[in-house]
Amino acid sequence: MGAKLAETWVGRSVLRLEDEALLRGEGRFIDDLDPVAGTRHAAVLRSPFAHARIVRLDPSAALNAPGVVGVLTGEDVVAMSRPFPAGIESPVPHFAAAHGTVRYVGEPVAVVVARDRYLAEDAIELIEVEYEPLEPVLDAVAAVATEACVSDRVFDYGDVAEALARADLVLRERFRFPRWSCTPVECYGVVADWDAAAGSLTAWANFQGPFTLHSVAAAALGLSGSKLRLITPTDSGGSFGIKSAVFSYVVLMGLASRKLGVPVRWIEDRLEHLAASSGSTARTTELEAGFTADGELIALRYDVVEDVGAYVRAPEPATLYRMHGSLSGAYRVQNVSARNRVVLTNTCPSGLNRGFGGPQLYLALERTMAIAARRLGLDPAEVARRNLVSSEDFPYATPSGGIYDSGDYEACLDDALELAGYEERRAEAVSARARGRLVGVGLACVVEPSISNMGYVTLAEPAGERGLPKSGNAEGCTISISPLGGITVQLPTTPQGQGHRTVAAQVVADILGVAPQEVEVLTASDTSTFPWTVASGNYSSRFSGVGVGAVALAANKLAQKIAEIRHHLGDDSISLRRVAGTAHWNPESLPPDMEPGLQATAYFAAPNLHPPDDQDRVASSAAHGFVVDVAVVEVDRETGQVRVLDYVSVHDAGRLLNPLLAEGQVRGGLAHGVGAALFERVVYDEEGNLLTSSFMDYLCPTAADLPRPRIGHRETPSPFTPLGAKGLGEGTTMSAPAALANAVADAIGRDDLELPLTAPRVWEVLSR
Amino acid sequence: MIPIEVRVNGRRYAETVEPRLLLSDFLRSRLALTGTHVGCEHGVCGACTVRLDGVAVRSCLLLAVQVDGAEVITVEGLARDGKLTRLQQAFHQHHALQCGFCTPGILIAAEDLLSREARPSREDIVDMLSGQLCRCTGYTSIVNAIAEVAEA
Repeated sequence: MGAKLAETWVGRSVLRLEDEALLRGEGRFIDDLDPVAGTRHAAVLRSPFAHARIVRLDPSAALNAPGVVGVLTGEDVVAMSRPFPAGIESPVPHFAAAHGTVRYVGEPVAVVVARDRYLAEDAIELIEVEYEPLEPVLDAVAAVATEACVSDRVFDYGDVAEALARADLVLRERFRFPRWSCTPVECYGVVADWDAAAGSLTAWANFQGPFTLHSVAAAALGLSGSKLRLITPTDSGGSFGIKSAVFSYVVLMGLASRKLGVPVRWIEDRLEHLAASSGSTARTTELEAGFTADGELIALRYDVVEDVGAYVRAPEPATLYRMHGSLSGAYRVQNVSARNRVVLTNTCPSGLNRGFGGPQLYLALERTMAIAARRLGLDPAEVARRNLVSSEDFPYATPSGGIYDSGDYEACLDDALELAGYEERRAEAVSARARGRLVGVGLACVVEPSISNMGYVTLAEPAGERGLPKSGNAEGCTISISPLGGITVQLPTTPQGQGHRTVAAQVVADILGVAPQEVEVLTASDTSTFPWTVASGNYSSRFSGVGVGAVALAANKLAQKIAEIRHHLGDDSISLRRVAGTAHWNPESLPPDMEPGLQATAYFAAPNLHPPDDQDRVASSAAHGFVVDVAVVEVDRETGQVRVLDYVSVHDAGRLLNPLLAEGQVRGGLAHGVGAALFERVVYDEEGNLLTSSFMDYLCPTAADLPRPRIGHRETPSPFTPLGAKGLGEGTTMSAPAALANAVADAIGRDDLELPLTAPRVWEVLSR
Repeated sequence: MIPIEVRVNGRRYAETVEPRLLLSDFLRSRLALTGTHVGCEHGVCGACTVRLDGVAVRSCLLLAVQVDGAEVITVEGLARDGKLTRLQQAFHQHHALQCGFCTPGILIAAEDLLSREARPSREDIVDMLSGQLCRCTGYTSIVNAIAEVAEA
């Protein structure tokens, strides 16, 4: 068979096992499932105000509407559940629906359950709610000195004051990263089925992890974890972090099912999604940076105000700490400090969103590097080179506790400059500008962390107040071989298009000596039957490291057992099918003391991910890739329109397990990065009304809007993951906003830019 | 309730529907053709695109009663005799889908383009695709897949 011809399946561009069903329209997404008979349909009544007191809520007319089973109100929710636990204590309890006070437009206040969705939507219109509007808080920076600020921490590594005092150039710039959202094309969906006799909830949801949020949901429901059975569908229509927050609707629909005694289906619509699902934080960073005259970066002082929306919803304030070990970016700078403040505003709560803290960090850091280069009269690429961590220094400990596993940053920079024709492009841009055309070149060098330390978010509390320590990032996997030799893998990595089934099959195929097509990989995870950990799920680009790590360990266990059986039977060439048949049908023939059956479960935990230490240092991620982007843009002087003339991205994500899928991740990450740079922003008016509530107002890039990137790869294996792979799904989302902003700044000779760089906004800068 | 008769993927259906039932909901819930996906319900994302008497339309912007007497093709109707079409195969080869949620609408819209223009240019393809949202791929691989079929 094919397996014999190949050296290894891993490392090859194996075409996806997922595709055929999806191409035929036979995918199994949440709204395609009908897992329980008699399911009724929910619609959610939501707040039209950013901040208001609920004076009266009367559902009686809705209760009498045709087809209505019943109504769950915020009052019911507060009576039947507990507030969601979060990373920091907040004065404002967060429930699955509001009672008493609403705190953002779109916040759930009641749920109607009816025979079909049309009837449910009819009935929510009949619920009478009287609101007394209150003053909303919408500007996090303006509110930072008020009680809206719920966390204020200062971190200090090295001697920033001393370094700034001796610097030849000190910059102090303010950068604002707006709220944006990766908006998967499939919205949230939940089917909830309360079992009154067992006192348990079974819920199907297009949840993506982290499974810490399973515990958060169970805690809110007052259930032990085993009483909340959470099942994900085989297919999920994209997530990019966003679908982590579906957990609050698992609770809401679970309560509706419990109260009304029927299984409940809720499929979010796009308006609801844009108003009330999740999105990035909005971050304002004031960054003070010290440089020597020859371009050495010697100090960084961050002052960050993080707008997390109306509630600190778990895992927030994680956006602020995900990059903590990488505050120094790709550079050797030793003196780094940060003041991190978390502010509540009357907007939709934030959460996971592709890049998760990276785009915000690197906009400030990489824009600062470019501004410094210009002020010092140096080439940005040379300034970067002067500061990059050297290939001889890996594993490299960053001042804030990060452990960079491996890399050759300078070689990546060289590759990118060569691929881009950097020198020529810079020269062309200068001559184009001399002729009146606004052409610019932008560079960004970013370290892309993957496999998050589950303990980093505890940095939000000072050492000594952190409660029980948290650490690590582990994944589980079970592999079974049937009596006929069929191989089944259970993997709780909740993919949403990344091709986990294909890559897991490649890994198992190599270890068990079969072809990937012979391996069934089940990713429709189930917290009652799958091996999982609190870290399970699909975020922080963790699959290729810990997901694959667990698969490889489980497969190795089975391979060992198979080898022992063959050896015991005296014939090392017995087929896998014979070994399986023997193990199942004739356990008497197995080696003495061997456990019967052919199933193995293994867990893999990434190394080095300790809890934060008492000096606030943390290895916030296990693996670190490196990305260098070069963007060339032209700005239309008349309209402000930014056109991307060329985009080069060079990655080192360790060993590439499937180059085809890796390329897809880089392209997709770039699409989101370009979206954030040039198009996307969640906009509220001065009363907190959402202005971007449809896809006509929230602009996602289309095929005509995106560049065709030129992509290069290096492969410096990670010593910390079993196959040497690192995550690569988020790097270009982190780098592109900075690279494009640098290119536009270069083109128009201005630094007062704000994302997204839409034509009207750039035009406004040009006409200032 | 209004009786309608419609051919979907070559099969005749006689159903009685409420006047307000969307075509997308009719296909998904009544006919159990769940390959047609709903992404925005306001006609922007294109995930729900089907062919109505040969023309690509947004099934979320049409009512089921409007297709009485018409012929509808959904993604389930593309592969013939269990064999993927050239376009479907090209999507597989070019890694032109990740989560696959937008894919049915894009396949239908691309088939529509290819049926109207024998050899669409890359620009034509991008132009057509700009009516379909994909958040996973960055579109390049989709354009490549369609271009391969267009050039063949």
